[in-house]
Amino acid sequence: MAKSLMKGNEVIAEAAIRAGCRLYFGYPITPQTEISETLAKRMPKVDGLCLQAESEIAAVNMVLGAASTGARVLTSSSSPGLSLKSEGISYLVGSDLPCVIVNVQRGGPGLGGIQPSQADYYQATRAMGHGDMHLIVLAPASVQEIGDMTQEAFDLADQYRTPVMILSDGAMGQMMEPVDFEGHTPRELPEKDWAACGTEGKRRHNIVNSLYIEPDVLEKIVKERFERYDAIAENEVRYEDYLTDDADIVLVAYGITARIAKSAVNACRKAGIKAGLMRPITLWPFPEKHLAELAEKTRAFLTVELSMGQMVDDVRLAVEHRVPVHFYGRTGGMMPSVDEVAAEITKIYESMKKEA
Amino acid sequence: MIVFEKPHALTDTPFHYCPGCTHGIVHRLVAEAIDEMGIEGQTIGVAPVGCSVFSYNYFNCDMIEAPHGRAPAVATGVKRARPDRFVFTYQGDGDLAAIGTAETVHVGARGENITIIFINNAIYGMTGGQMAPTTLPGQVATTTPYGRDPKIHGNPVRVCEMLSTLSGTAYAERVSMDSVAHIKQAKRAIRKAFEVQKAGLGLSIVEVLSTCPTNWGKTPQEALEWLKTDMIPYYPLGVYKDVTAKEAE
Repeated sequence: MAKSLMKGNEVIAEAAIRAGCRLYFGYPITPQTEISETLAKRMPKVDGLCLQAESEIAAVNMVLGAASTGARVLTSSSSPGLSLKSEGISYLVGSDLPCVIVNVQRGGPGLGGIQPSQADYYQATRAMGHGDMHLIVLAPASVQEIGDMTQEAFDLADQYRTPVMILSDGAMGQMMEPVDFEGHTPRELPEKDWAACGTEGKRRHNIVNSLYIEPDVLEKIVKERFERYDAIAENEVRYEDYLTDDADIVLVAYGITARIAKSAVNACRKAGIKAGLMRPITLWPFPEKHLAELAEKTRAFLTVELSMGQMVDDVRLAVEHRVPVHFYGRTGGMMPSVDEVAAEITKIYESMKKEA
Repeated sequence: MIVFEKPHALTDTPFHYCPGCTHGIVHRLVAEAIDEMGIEGQTIGVAPVGCSVFSYNYFNCDMIEAPHGRAPAVATGVKRARPDRFVFTYQGDGDLAAIGTAETVHVGARGENITIIFINNAIYGMTGGQMAPTTLPGQVATTTPYGRDPKIHGNPVRVCEMLSTLSGTAYAERVSMDSVAHIKQAKRAIRKAFEVQKAGLGLSIVEVLSTCPTNWGKTPQEALEWLKTDMIPYYPLGVYKDVTAKEAE
């Protein structure tokens, strides 16, 4: 099928419809509003609904209601909006409800800015809500990957009964690239026999709930959920290696930053520096085992992020001081240039040479 | 011959409510309406955070437990996913008129075709007697130990009056649990609210003035008396909006 030239945000909307999602609840915020606007046009054509809620809080709770009935449902926002949604996301996790949540990240904290950022990594992977919890967090690095991953996200959510987050950013959301929607292979999924959709007098009532007042029961429920997290970590870790086999320095970067890092790796290779790139595609679960393996082969890591350094913590935890882990980041909506990153690689390479 | 039995729409789980609390009566009235209309298998209820948080264990229909104040938004999601279902929320005054005010107002504005059963007992019950948005001026609560002073703590919210101004509200009635006659009227109002939903007319809300003897520091009998002498004058009973009455004119 011919490819179309589309914006990342528009692709999320279109891919969600392809995945069978017919319900979207959201609230306008830059730089993700194209998702709502595209769905506002498209949903009525497919007997679906795009509803603008009175707040991010209402939107995420509408998602909770719709997901409780077993429907596929999407919401999207940008950084400050995710803070508002965080209570609801914790309830979604605590109620084991599948849904897809998009964060098109912008600079923070506070109102911050509207330019691209990756400063919500901690929030997405560490504390997207209160309590012992995780989300599956996917980090696309091309518009095509946004399309494939959005469809995959709905399957992952249904398979593991968990919210799945697509962690995009202002650049990924706004940039246009060719895309087709043919790449996704649907998974075989369990029946949603837990859904609160009306008993029809044929079964006991279903209760969708996150309250367990007895501490031993709550502990048991949380532990069972963590067994599911173990299965996710076992089966769903995804990453891309680029020239890591013989690399002296391995860059670690995700999303838009991985593309800049890849160009910097190419530039350094031309200059005779053996650089490589490991791009995490799933941020949770994080490809920690793979990083530990790389740590046995390479001499240093350089993590590049659009933040003051957040994912670098996960890299350090995985590398466990086997080799040095360096960090380079820009924040507030600033993007590092390829030259800036290449200069950082060169600096580390030169200091390693001196030490050697 | 059976002359009185538990409605089918209630489970066998014993209520956890305090002696003299009127939640149990309201649960029963809702269940009776569901039974009479034969809609248990097509009904999805949304429980709040507050004393009635466990109502998901008491109703036999499918139930969802919402975050504090968000039941109207959760119910919106349910109804939009399943417009063929009856959807109701069961909420207290803190849930509906304080932390969930925006969600409450906007289901009225949108005319969501859901039913809200709103328990107004002028106090936070579950957390132990703090001021509610509906606590009366002068009323003592643990966070207004010298009585609610409107100059400091603000004024109570009259929910039915407020929601009746919104175009999407189809039916709003305030009823009371203080007497048998009023309980019978409450039953009629709850049934009517579900009928309004069945007709697809928009938001229906029944505000039920209720007692909380435990946190009011009263006996069940004194509580019913206080409801009559102090609450009803501040929250007048009656129909605040009924679009079916307009149609009948």
